[in-house]
Amino acid sequence: MQLNRGSRRRIKNAIMMGLTVLCIALALIPLGSILISVAGQGASVINVEFFTATQPTPCSPNPLTTCTQGGIAQAIIGTLLLLAYSCLVAIPLGILVGIYLAEYGKGPWVLAVRFLADVMTGLPSIIFGMFIFSTFLLVFPGRAFSLLAGTLALAVLVLPFVARTTEEALRLVPNSLREAALALGVPKYRVTARVVLSSAREGVITGAVLAMARIGGETAPLIMTGFGNTFISTSLDQPVGAMSLLIFYNAASPYSNWNALAWGAALILVLMMLGLSIAVRVLLRRRFRERRIMA
Amino acid sequence: MAFPLRRGARRVRTNPTASSLGDVLFRLGSGAAGVVLLVVLGLMVLVLVVSGEQSMRTFGLGFLGNNIWDPNTSQFGALPFIFGTLVTSAIALLLGVPISLGIAIFLVELAPAAVRTPLAYVVELLAAIPSVIYGLWGIFVLVPVMSNYVDPALQSTLGFLPIFQGAIYGYGLLTAGVILAIMIIPTVAAISRDALLAVPQSQREAALSLGATRWESTRMAVLTYARSGIFGAVMLGFGRAAGETIAVTMVIGNANEIPRGFSLLAPAQTLSSLIATNIREAFGLQASALIELALVLLLVTLIINVFARVMVWRVFGERGETA
Repeated sequence: MQLNRGSRRRIKNAIMMGLTVLCIALALIPLGSILISVAGQGASVINVEFFTATQPTPCSPNPLTTCTQGGIAQAIIGTLLLLAYSCLVAIPLGILVGIYLAEYGKGPWVLAVRFLADVMTGLPSIIFGMFIFSTFLLVFPGRAFSLLAGTLALAVLVLPFVARTTEEALRLVPNSLREAALALGVPKYRVTARVVLSSAREGVITGAVLAMARIGGETAPLIMTGFGNTFISTSLDQPVGAMSLLIFYNAASPYSNWNALAWGAALILVLMMLGLSIAVRVLLRRRFRERRIMA
Repeated sequence: MAFPLRRGARRVRTNPTASSLGDVLFRLGSGAAGVVLLVVLGLMVLVLVVSGEQSMRTFGLGFLGNNIWDPNTSQFGALPFIFGTLVTSAIALLLGVPISLGIAIFLVELAPAAVRTPLAYVVELLAAIPSVIYGLWGIFVLVPVMSNYVDPALQSTLGFLPIFQGAIYGYGLLTAGVILAIMIIPTVAAISRDALLAVPQSQREAALSLGATRWESTRMAVLTYARSGIFGAVMLGFGRAAGETIAVTMVIGNANEIPRGFSLLAPAQTLSSLIATNIREAFGLQASALIELALVLLLVTLIINVFARVMVWRVFGERGETA
């Protein structure tokens, strides 16, 4: 009887532990399927035309008509512009907020700001798009669909994230470093800027790279701000294309050549994300190695 | 020898006035930056309230309980989309949370150290894939799988339940829920893993020394101890599922109504997918109603996230005490 119960418990243990392995498999199947389908379908359109041409005329469903492949130049340029401009706004401001949280803030107020930053990172991205859209409706009606609006939406979206990653990076700097600099008579603002910020450089850059990865593929806030454009446009007050928007609208279209471009854009976007993710790994590893040497 | 020392000493004495000016400026600058987030959140609520005011005045509180959304008769109600958001999030949690917990348990309790880090990294990759690519994959891979295999199988086995009846499109609440389940896995798994890691080793040792198996020690000593952290992880997953827009918009079928018999196989719409599909063409009262929906979404996800963060923060506090 006792032996029986023991073996039953052992079997149950084996089953439950086997189930956890199954869970890993269940998570990896969609990941693998996504990566394989994006690589397989996307690779067929990657050529010179893909990077230099813009949205083609749609392929008619008649199989006898020949149609051009076209490209996503306008979307690549748009995504790069949106990324660059929004980072230009959000990263310096976010670093300042992070400095406040780690170095200057005290007491319950700093706790409240940190909590707020954490909560805001979890808000749906479409809310930030609607915020900028509504603001433009009130302030500059008729200019809501523009590169400027898209930039602002992405910047506001990523600001709390940059603030938190900067704060975390600054908190890793040992206090003895600050104390040493202060003891030499260096004023606090120079300690912060020259000693703390520069020793936390890699962590802060990691946060910035993660921020880019976060907004590089964002679609929802751009629907009602950046709007998308089938032609190349770089002016701040005009609608702008983006790879994510192109995927969203082309995927739902009935035209095979537009669908193919969506897959191609998805491949570029995934490669971009993987590149940023690897960059972060490399940065982190270098930081840890440095710290190990210091310790 | 004495001369340069005195010069140095003098410099220290004269510097404080100059440095305190720099300090004051820097403190003010970063202090102002500290307020920025609060200002942004306040502005968000304010702007959405002002822009959604026309809809609030026209429909009042009945907006939330009305189940008709018809631009032709200027009748706008939020109920079908609140329904869609709740149902898709519930499916996502039902499918995604057990899988995430399994992953967390495997990573913390079972996996050899050599595979632990790479495996955690691979699971995190799920979070790095932009949601529009989930949507693209959803349209061309998941929807055919659902309409050819999963939905018919459900209908033939559980078809007596009204939630599995009706025509099969592949696009619908269930498909959206499945995609959301995949998307919340990295979030829920990562935070659950942190919660399990925060459980002191002595808990496990105590259970194992009493003769418990691995699973019994995990269930009784580890999961019980980490439950508030896991609950926080689930809430964060809920917040993510409720607000996710693009992938859902691409596979939910975009029908502005509550499906007949609450069928999970039928097309529907969530709060965010309705906004995404309609905001570009909307004007006047409809735009205002969509903005009011955005405000509803903001408030709901704000509450979920505040709740989740309180839970997660409490765990990190616990970890600080035990470490």
